Amino acid sequence: MTMAPTRGILGGRPEGLTALHIDDGIDTRDRLVVVGNGMAGARFVEEVLERGGGDQFRITVLGDEPHGNYNRIMLSPVLAGEEHEDDIVLNSHDWYADNGVVLRAGVRADKIDTAAKVVHAADGTATPYDHLVLATGSYSFVPPMKGVRAEDGGLLPGVYGFRTIDETRAMLAATGTCRRAVVMGGGLLGLEAARALQGHGLHVELVHAAPYLMNVQLDPEAGAILKKSVESLGITVHLDVFATEVIGGDRVRGVGLADGRQIEADLLVVAAGVRPNTDIGVRSGLEVERGIVVDDQLRTDDPDVYAIGECAQHRGEVYGLVAPAWEHAKVLADLLTGTDPGAEYHGSRTATKLKVAGVDVAVMGINTPERDDDEVLVISEPRRGVHLSVVIRDDKLVGATLLGDTRKVAFLTQAFDRGAPLPEERIRLLVDLSDGAEEVGVAEMPAESQVCNCNGVSKSDICGAVSGGCSSVGEVMDRTRAGKGCGSCRSLVEQIVEWAADGELTVDPAASWYVPGIPMAKPELMAAIREQDLRSVSAVFAALAPGGKDDAKSKMGLTSLLKMIWGRDHLPEKDGEFINDRVHGNIQRDGTFSVVPQMKGGVTTPAQLRRIAEVAEKYEVPMVKVTGGQRIDLLGVRKEDLPAMWEDLGMPSGYAYGKSFRTVKTCVGSDFCRFGLGDSTQLGIDLETRFQGIESPAKMKLAVVGCPRNCAEAYVKDVGVVAVGNGRWEVYVGGAAGASVRKGDLLATVDSPEAVITLAGRFMQYYRENANWLERTYDFVPRIGLETIKQVLLEDSEGILAALDAGMQRSIDAYVDPWGQDAKQPATPGQFRPALPLVPLPKVPVR
Amino acid sequence: MSITELTTVPTTTGPTTTEHVVGRVAEIPPGEGRTFVAGGTQVAVFRLRDGSLHATQAACPHAGGPLADGLTDVDVLVCPLHQYAYRWTDGASTSGAAPLRLFPAHEVDGQVVVEVPDVP
Repeated sequence: MTMAPTRGILGGRPEGLTALHIDDGIDTRDRLVVVGNGMAGARFVEEVLERGGGDQFRITVLGDEPHGNYNRIMLSPVLAGEEHEDDIVLNSHDWYADNGVVLRAGVRADKIDTAAKVVHAADGTATPYDHLVLATGSYSFVPPMKGVRAEDGGLLPGVYGFRTIDETRAMLAATGTCRRAVVMGGGLLGLEAARALQGHGLHVELVHAAPYLMNVQLDPEAGAILKKSVESLGITVHLDVFATEVIGGDRVRGVGLADGRQIEADLLVVAAGVRPNTDIGVRSGLEVERGIVVDDQLRTDDPDVYAIGECAQHRGEVYGLVAPAWEHAKVLADLLTGTDPGAEYHGSRTATKLKVAGVDVAVMGINTPERDDDEVLVISEPRRGVHLSVVIRDDKLVGATLLGDTRKVAFLTQAFDRGAPLPEERIRLLVDLSDGAEEVGVAEMPAESQVCNCNGVSKSDICGAVSGGCSSVGEVMDRTRAGKGCGSCRSLVEQIVEWAADGELTVDPAASWYVPGIPMAKPELMAAIREQDLRSVSAVFAALAPGGKDDAKSKMGLTSLLKMIWGRDHLPEKDGEFINDRVHGNIQRDGTFSVVPQMKGGVTTPAQLRRIAEVAEKYEVPMVKVTGGQRIDLLGVRKEDLPAMWEDLGMPSGYAYGKSFRTVKTCVGSDFCRFGLGDSTQLGIDLETRFQGIESPAKMKLAVVGCPRNCAEAYVKDVGVVAVGNGRWEVYVGGAAGASVRKGDLLATVDSPEAVITLAGRFMQYYRENANWLERTYDFVPRIGLETIKQVLLEDSEGILAALDAGMQRSIDAYVDPWGQDAKQPATPGQFRPALPLVPLPKVPVR
Repeated sequence: MSITELTTVPTTTGPTTTEHVVGRVAEIPPGEGRTFVAGGTQVAVFRLRDGSLHATQAACPHAGGPLADGLTDVDVLVCPLHQYAYRWTDGASTSGAAPLRLFPAHEVDGQVVVEVPDVP
């Protein structure tokens, strides 16, 4: 291999390579020695320092290359001339010095004396250690070929591996004089090298021993499509043939193939795979198979020697990707610093997304079905260069291959990594069935396009938060307020954050908690509340919150949960309620409230209307409006007027303010309508009478219609009921026509209004007990899966129907009309005292 | 509500401040807030679950929301209109709104005392 000796040290110090190292014997810190300064070794040192390991360890890093630590993944863009080599430096020599780490760059470790605990290096030095970490990475494998090596054993001039910055520099220099290149190997590196060299104007031919390109990651069909894409760039591809000979003698002049063909070339890049650098392990007597064998604590068979990254073999696997190497680094840092003495590594589920030779590729898990009952879905569009496939086992995604179109990669990665639930219609895994409207992948979205319309947050704001250091969806939402309005953009925000973070996302542990202030998922929290007999919000904080600390943003959700669990036996605390629930009205932008009396099924009477009219005049209500829920809204009511108004109205609360059962819209049904098939009006009134006011994770809006003309929009309600004739009713769940629009799923068709009430009650109770806080049914139903819900509610697959009925009955028994109750006697001192008496009020114009 | 002037606290520069008795602690349920007037300045006073008293400007700096109607914990106050949160320690918003003005508040014999700058 040739390289210009005058080239600089990447990430070097201007004055040279000195680092003061004082070993005065007083230092009582353990000696931690890392062999290898690549992606794994340097990351490991970072992880150790991040855990305060600088106080525990004297750290020495031996690196074979003379450079600081650089991003090896970025060598392809450097070769292509898209990146400057200075921009791929991760840690300069200064960084090591600044952090008290001794970097001995350009020193190759030869052998470990595990008995004496000393590392012997090629420069004759001996470095003692208490803990030794091998992160020697891998090297380019050069297959046996006639004439590939010069007499000194090195590669023939003009032959290059593609592994280090020095090799990359040498190739870049060669592009100035060479005209024809052969790249050996049609894997990822080979394809990138071919594309890069072609970009420098060379004629490139690619020789690959397997029958199709990227055979490790892709299936044959996808490989064939990739071949077409690569050929369309002007690169000649030879498949299923070995290169057996390098022709030339003193330098490369051509390459001979096994079938006798010869290709003229003055540059040969060998990218036929990598092999772990295990020499030091072999020479030192460590157990070595394909890699240096380690256990779940990344320990070799010597108790003080560890191996991480590409040189390590864990449970039979040797990884060639950076993500597992970084997971190794984290686990070992946890372990050695004592941050988590029980830390273990259990293998990686590898998912990669990359652009190879200009083609987007994403692969994760397996690429072909392995068992008889594996589901597989393939979409192949050779003309467009697109090939997509997924493999599903037991309802979980176990593999995906995306070629030419990686728009769905964010969702698939999540499903693959975290076992997220899959859509019933599997095709939605691969394409957006958007019912007409064309959806744009987040990558293609213009930076300035608004994502959160409630808070005016654009895609670039979100990306800015990610580059500004936010590493979880929750942090980004806190910083930008995106997704904190109506919440309908939340999944888009998540997708953009994932895209912007490009795999560097930390899973927000709080994402699975029911409320942010108590580190428990809902089932766990409910069990603890029952076991410890916690009946008030303050009791829950005292018993279950870290440090017993209360949390404003958790109070509302806990109040709702306690009411659901305990019914009338819960201990109410007004400060645990949102203002709407404290005063039983919906707060408006000017601090006034709206008053919506109950009007079951949207049916009213002249007397009721007269009363409402009188009250509206008496209290000078600025606006009277018919609501979308078939009721009448009195808007702009002063807080202090609420109790008197309720008394004058003499009507119960319509709960138009709560996270609760709201209303049942109905059509005129069979009494008057010519088309009505069932008495929808009465059924609506009966449903509302039974379920009025029950609290729930998010609001529940219902409707009953007398025929499929759907005049009261039952198809898009949380629970929608449709009369279909002959006394039969369809019950739909999970519909929405708010910030999201979704047609409900047909849960069942039943024979009587009583059966509708029973089934609706069971569904609502199941939702109350299992939905996350603020999760509407339109998210809940797809998350749980319609089939599961059917089994639970129709076949009693979990044997919980009796408990669901009892739970709902407990809440129904606890119902008290809050207006009737608080109008007589305020629940707390000053419950209806004005909060803003001096500020000139209406910001809302009076009509 | 009665306003009793207690003492005028002289400061070396700027306006003087005065302590005002604005009401009784018992008027504020635990964890909640109520609005009072202290020497012509409208304030929201909160009695947290840990027993401490805090006074802030009454209207939210973001959009004029009634802060006394907000949810509280030992760290922050959350405005009921758009859920902006403000820290008790310095009035800063945790989500990028302008900061909230705080006034010293304490209890004397069951009375709430708030110290506000004198209105010229």
